[in-house]
Amino acid sequence: MWHTYLISAFKTNPLATRGVCILPTAVVSFLPWQTSLNQKTDKVRLEMEHKDKSMIIDGRALRFTEGETILEVARRNHIDIPTLCHLKGATPTGACRVCVVEVEGARTLMTSCTVPATAGMVVHSESPEVIRSRRMTIELMLTSGRHDDCLVCPSSGDCRLQDLAFRYKVKGATFTPSGVKYPMEAANPFILRDFSKCILCGRCVQACNEVQVNEAIDFGYRGAEAKIVTKGDRALKDSDCVFCGECVQACPVAALVPKNARLVPRMSETRAVKTTCSYCGVGCQMNLHVKNNRVWHVTGCEEVAPNHGSLCVKGRYGFDFIASEHRLTTPLIKENGAFREASWDEALDLTARRFKEIAGAHADAVGVLTSARVTNEENYIAQKFARTVLKTNNIDHCARL
Amino acid sequence: MSKARMQLMLCSGTGCHATGSKRFHEALDAELNRQGLTDEIKIVETGCNGFCAVGPVMLVQPEGIFYQKLTAEDVPELVEEHFLKGRPVPRLFFKEHMSKEKIPHIDDIPFFSNQVYRAMRNKGAIDPEVIDEYIARDGYFGAAKALNEMSSEEIIDEMLTSGLRGRGGAGFPTGLKWKFAHSSKGAEKYVLCNADEGDPGAFMDRSILESDPHVILEGMTIAAKAINATKGYIYCRTEYQLAIRRLEIAIAQAKEYGLLGTNILGSGFDFDIEIYQGAGAFVCGEETALMRSIEGKRGMPRPRPPFPAYKGLWDKPTILNNVESFANVPQIILKGGEWYASIGTEKSKGTKVFALSGDINNIGLVEVPMGLPIRTLIYDIGGGIPNKRKFKAVQLGGPSGGCVPEQHLDTLIDYEEIAKVGAIMGSGGAIVMDDRTCMVDMARFFMDFIQDESCGKCTPCREGTRRILEILERICDGKGEAADLKSLEDLCEVTSNSSLCGLGQTAANPVLSTMRFFMDEYKAHIFEKRCPAKTCQALLKFTVDAEKCKKCGLCFKACPADAIVWKKKEVAFIDTTKCIQCMSCYDKCPFDAID
Repeated sequence: MWHTYLISAFKTNPLATRGVCILPTAVVSFLPWQTSLNQKTDKVRLEMEHKDKSMIIDGRALRFTEGETILEVARRNHIDIPTLCHLKGATPTGACRVCVVEVEGARTLMTSCTVPATAGMVVHSESPEVIRSRRMTIELMLTSGRHDDCLVCPSSGDCRLQDLAFRYKVKGATFTPSGVKYPMEAANPFILRDFSKCILCGRCVQACNEVQVNEAIDFGYRGAEAKIVTKGDRALKDSDCVFCGECVQACPVAALVPKNARLVPRMSETRAVKTTCSYCGVGCQMNLHVKNNRVWHVTGCEEVAPNHGSLCVKGRYGFDFIASEHRLTTPLIKENGAFREASWDEALDLTARRFKEIAGAHADAVGVLTSARVTNEENYIAQKFARTVLKTNNIDHCARL
Repeated sequence: MSKARMQLMLCSGTGCHATGSKRFHEALDAELNRQGLTDEIKIVETGCNGFCAVGPVMLVQPEGIFYQKLTAEDVPELVEEHFLKGRPVPRLFFKEHMSKEKIPHIDDIPFFSNQVYRAMRNKGAIDPEVIDEYIARDGYFGAAKALNEMSSEEIIDEMLTSGLRGRGGAGFPTGLKWKFAHSSKGAEKYVLCNADEGDPGAFMDRSILESDPHVILEGMTIAAKAINATKGYIYCRTEYQLAIRRLEIAIAQAKEYGLLGTNILGSGFDFDIEIYQGAGAFVCGEETALMRSIEGKRGMPRPRPPFPAYKGLWDKPTILNNVESFANVPQIILKGGEWYASIGTEKSKGTKVFALSGDINNIGLVEVPMGLPIRTLIYDIGGGIPNKRKFKAVQLGGPSGGCVPEQHLDTLIDYEEIAKVGAIMGSGGAIVMDDRTCMVDMARFFMDFIQDESCGKCTPCREGTRRILEILERICDGKGEAADLKSLEDLCEVTSNSSLCGLGQTAANPVLSTMRFFMDEYKAHIFEKRCPAKTCQALLKFTVDAEKCKKCGLCFKACPADAIVWKKKEVAFIDTTKCIQCMSCYDKCPFDAID
């Protein structure tokens, strides 16, 4: 049996428990201004004495609250530690190893997304060792599967891996790309699974299991054969998947994209317009991604209630009607059992006249039924019209949840 | 209990089973029946005796005569001569490798006499399926003492005094782990036993479970009292069916005797143990993956902290100890921590079990005191290297460990000392390699194992080990380049430094350690396209040294591919276009003329 227990990752610094923090002189520097940095850190260290709940990140003394991770403290203080697998609202998994930082006294590099801040902790977020590790990790991701076709990739410009490769100047040329191992899956109307783009960060698994709690996918197989699978490795359409698309939104690369993503403008080309979903009464906040006055993608707004980024299959994928060829472009009037085209003036005159005749003659003889496929504003106007003009409460909606 | 005049402790461990102990047992049974000796002479099927190399083995008690390599055909002579007439059969005694001297008594055989039995004190001495035999050897006395006379704090203090460190590999002080879990708040706590032994060449835990299952139950009960847990799990790999069966029997017997379950020994303490069978993933030996597996999820490690002593199985405080660690606990409680700490080095106390395998005469299971030089383990206990070959290195700690070469053979068995030479104590796998083992190929083998067993969760381990393997395969294939050495170093260091769990963090150890001690072999493969140990097939090119060749033609006769041209009184010649690198000629040549 190999390791059952690894020696505590932190070698306890006896001084650390008293709130005193020692920065060893052995920390190798890659910065020309290291001497002044050390002096600065010395000063900071003095300031920190006898203070609980303080730590040092990149030479800055920072306060933290119990339970905060290194990453949270850093972000709050505008220190940019890159992440990839980290998914807000889900348990940190520490899988991708992009957010590793150097913690003084620790045996190995530590993932900032999982390690809680402790008093006296000294962290270097971009030390040479950290950069070396990040570069190698990104290199390994870039050469797993196929990541050499950014020119035709639907996620280009909106890809976390691309951003990281740019930030750390990694080309993905050290190793031979391992290529396509599992065929692409397109046998459903909503989601395209391209396994050759998957870097197994596990965000989709977290999104499915912890955010939506639908538990349709998880890691399968071992080692380099690993793959995100449904139960029994079946196609999504034959699984517990409800196509909410939470995983698609969580995917940092192009492993999970909307079915038609390869044929429409890329996300990075569109402009986000924030709106409220009209399908039901929850009031999910979402972004319509618009280009040339047409909606091409819908995503959930991540920072706001009530949905915090989640959407359902209708909210996320049910927008094709907007640009549908089957939409009516002129009013139709039914005469003798058949429809004929009419002008707006004629149609409105007719409707107004008949409303007056019927609603004026009989109370509550008129009812108004509106649709989830018009905007909330239009729905609002419709009910106002019903109550104040037609003077009836007979107003209803097709998705009254 | 039996009052027979003679007890035949017949090993039925896996090794002896494979070499025919069952057939021997049946023949012996029939013969004793025929002679009407069944009341006088009792056969006891024991767990692994440890000396697997010479199996099937049998110890005749109370005389202590040790027989080896037994077959059914030996039965009539044994019964007639020894059991009836009292004249032991020298033909079946152990024969010393060097002196060829025959040694009748078990205590005089160097393999046994250099060992100190603590974790394996009952191996080969009791019938593992009879609880009374365990109790007769002070079994459950430790639990009785712990439950009735000691407080949790006292138990933990005793464990701390003993200096026992985790025998699964990392060597974390057991008492300290218990102390953390004891101080951790929670009404529900768990005691887990890690029996998911997975290292290639390791069978310590299996043997302990098969030969002495009760000691684990007792050790776990004491641990439960120390941290105040009421439920325990033994996570055992499903391949260990005999171990699982014996554990099940042991649990049932212990419950019947009131040594497990509710109100154990009238102390008011409740503790129950369940066996959980692992599905064969190596990574489930990692503690957090093991816990996830018990929870019914995919065996996949999670980051620490939080450590299991605070948040373990089902997020409750949990301790996980290895089989061998638990096997030491009852004696520590019974005889005291100081007794246990009386042997060993400053920081490594007590004994350690090793599974000796590979190119070594006495393949088997041994328990040695800490502080013993590795040389003694290899040459005195292990009996040295077979076929007069030269020792090259011993791989300690399996795929997570490193190799100890000739020049470091005097390193003491001690967690820190072994770590200094780049290996780890590990769970106790010791694979001995002679001069015909290619170290690059060995590193490749372990990397192949690791990349297969990586869970695939974190990037450096999943992708890094794959790339390391790729490079090693290339080198073994004769396609290595100078830049590969730098890439290997980079990959190994990042994998060790950035992986999530112990598997990834130690995955590169065999490569780093072979690169440290056998860089010349890597260079020979890359720059000279030559495998010095003659293992890597793609690099083999055989020629006949005309000066050494005695023109005997043995190589010609041995070649299965007609690749050797030879006529009487002429020097042989190897046609490399026909040669299939099978090494038959190389092996056959008595004059080392083929190279």
